[in-house]
Amino acid sequence: MTAAERETAEETPPPAPLGKDLVGLEGLPGDTIRMILDTAEPFKEISERPIKKVPVLRGKTIVNLFFEPSTRTRISFEFAEKRLGADTVNINSVGSSVSKGESLVDTARNLEAMRIDMVVIRHGSSGAARFLADRIPSNVINAGDGRHEHPTQALLDMLTMRDRLGRIEGLRVCIVGDIVHSRVARSNIFGLRALGAEVGVCGPRSLVPVGIEDLGVRVFGHVDEAIEWADVLNVLRLQLERMDAGFIPSLREYNRVFGVTRVRLEQAPREVVVLHPGPMNRGVEIDSDVADGPQSVILPQVTNGVAVRMAVLYLLAGGRPELAEDAKRGSGG
Amino acid sequence: MSARDSGERLWIHGGRVVDPSQGLDGRAQVIVEAGRVAAVGPELERPEGARSIDASGLVVAPGFIDLHVHFREPGGEHKETIASGARAAVAGGFTTVWTMPNTDPPIDDPAAVGFVKAAGEAARGARVMPIGAASIGMKGERMTEIGGLVAAGAVAVSDDGSPVGHAGLMRRLLEYTQSFGIPVVQHSEVVELAAGGVMNEGSIATALGLRGIPNAAEAAMIARDALLSELTGGHLHVCHVSARESVEQLRLARDKGLRVTSEVTPHHLILTDEMVRGYNTEAKVNPPLRTERDVEAVRTALVDGVIDVIATDHAPHHYEEKEREFDDAPFGINGLETAFGLCMKALVAPGHMSLAQLIDRMACAPARIMGMDGGTLRPGAPADIVLLDPDEIWTVKPEGFVSRSHNTPVAGWTLPGRIRRTLVGGETRHEVEEDR
Repeated sequence: MTAAERETAEETPPPAPLGKDLVGLEGLPGDTIRMILDTAEPFKEISERPIKKVPVLRGKTIVNLFFEPSTRTRISFEFAEKRLGADTVNINSVGSSVSKGESLVDTARNLEAMRIDMVVIRHGSSGAARFLADRIPSNVINAGDGRHEHPTQALLDMLTMRDRLGRIEGLRVCIVGDIVHSRVARSNIFGLRALGAEVGVCGPRSLVPVGIEDLGVRVFGHVDEAIEWADVLNVLRLQLERMDAGFIPSLREYNRVFGVTRVRLEQAPREVVVLHPGPMNRGVEIDSDVADGPQSVILPQVTNGVAVRMAVLYLLAGGRPELAEDAKRGSGG
Repeated sequence: MSARDSGERLWIHGGRVVDPSQGLDGRAQVIVEAGRVAAVGPELERPEGARSIDASGLVVAPGFIDLHVHFREPGGEHKETIASGARAAVAGGFTTVWTMPNTDPPIDDPAAVGFVKAAGEAARGARVMPIGAASIGMKGERMTEIGGLVAAGAVAVSDDGSPVGHAGLMRRLLEYTQSFGIPVVQHSEVVELAAGGVMNEGSIATALGLRGIPNAAEAAMIARDALLSELTGGHLHVCHVSARESVEQLRLARDKGLRVTSEVTPHHLILTDEMVRGYNTEAKVNPPLRTERDVEAVRTALVDGVIDVIATDHAPHHYEEKEREFDDAPFGINGLETAFGLCMKALVAPGHMSLAQLIDRMACAPARIMGMDGGTLRPGAPADIVLLDPDEIWTVKPEGFVSRSHNTPVAGWTLPGRIRRTLVGGETRHEVEEDR
């Protein structure tokens, strides 16, 4: 934005830069994704302060509506919300009306009646976040819907890649593991491609969905080929129940054929940065000496998760990206 | 015919009579007496005492026959009753419907068949012909008392909604039904391949993160069942063909001269899995909407006669049931009242087939493949007649459906071809009055 444009923008408040909701990264332009990542930068510093709080969302009420168990995503959102000064309520499927069989549309109507400002939703059905977003005036953030999308996870992955490698454009990123059941994979594919990365997926064909090539990715059947090709590996968690469902014969076999190991990484022609959205199954999809090694950025991912979620909350609340620096000082937003 | 048939004498004049069963297509009069067609011809004068029905500007055709509807009674009366369904049928130009037995409880004994038949007669809509369950409780284990079902009025057996998965049971069904001259009507799906899928398998399902049902789930079951038909000589009727690979199997069966017939729905003739984008539950149907290549394949198969008939798979659902997460919404499209218009748009308007061919696939062919009355305006046939305007453009307004449910993915579409009047046994059971 030029100075002149900025001046015009300040005269008439523009619409919220991110729209009403963040349901997914599919269809988001690269510029919008870059804006979110850039907005996250100044928010990183807040978490380093002794007093980790700015009043950007003071007076806003946020419901964290979790229909699936989640620890790290929910906690990350909650820290982001609290550090921005919002009032938050957590609704988990256990013990709420959700488990009594209330329909999602009724839940939505009740939230609307309580005049909630924002809802962060995690749900087992693909499309559930869109469903809610279409029915309530509150901002809706998708914290994972079925196998569809998990946009804030992909955003924090991309922020971490950018931190480590200085860019996204032109990077070769391979997502390794259970692609078919993974919302993290889909959000990564959409986001990375929008930012100009080359994207590959690697896993047993029984865990790679039909038609994935049409999303503009290349498919690797052997993890060694993926490692040879990639700058970055984003290693997905292998849900242990996949073995019982017959997608793979055993965890031991999975590790033998598709595990990201030190030995395999040493064959790479260049240093490969390793991400993992967690929680890890050490010794299954990733070996400990990789997870804990110098190529791993798994803990920076967690740190960046809070900053990215702060940025998303701030932008959806109508905060302007160019004012994020001021906002965190408590003078704007 | 029965006492409910109108004894009135009718003179339907001024219209274009299209009856492919006799190769008729031209200006003609139809005379109806005692609920049956008495005469059809170009120069027929009004018989004495006959009531005149002005068909000028309209096409007069044999009433449509739908071999596949779900009327939800008993157990799902909030979606549709036999009465509301039978009336929705005549609103769509259908004079006979075959009702699927997957109600709650299922229609798996003679008393239940009798109930459906009696409720159908009382409805004064289309003729309601019950399909009985193929297995007790539709569990796919033990055969129903098919002789008893037929004696009570069943015209076929099916476990539709679920396939008969057990190959041995399917073989026995194809053998046993031969004593009664009825088909085994199969929802062709290998459930282990469908694997809980909710839409077509492919790149759209992958992008949406929805579980897919591959074409092979349908085609593999058709291949198996065609072999069993070949083995036994039994009549297999394949429901709602959706996949191009299925067409290949059906073509093979036809070339071998097997007793295999099949149907395709209006929605599979025009809609694709693109409709599901945005998690549109109105487009959630089983078999799922496929790709453009599949639509072309089933369309061509219908034109070529590899697929015999059009059937709606009318599957009404309450709005609340469709307003759910995609995974949880029920499968099904409300089809009776949009069928003719959708087929006109899919087949006749683009020039894939003539109006006469469409009438054949909707009226004559179902009667022909099932060896039943109807589907013709030959003298002596039941006076099941539809008057339609093939040129009238209308807009689909689900809230105005006669059906109790309004679930359709084509709400707001403009369609060519409107049903103007439907007669069952010479009695007008549906009529659109406005602007005429």
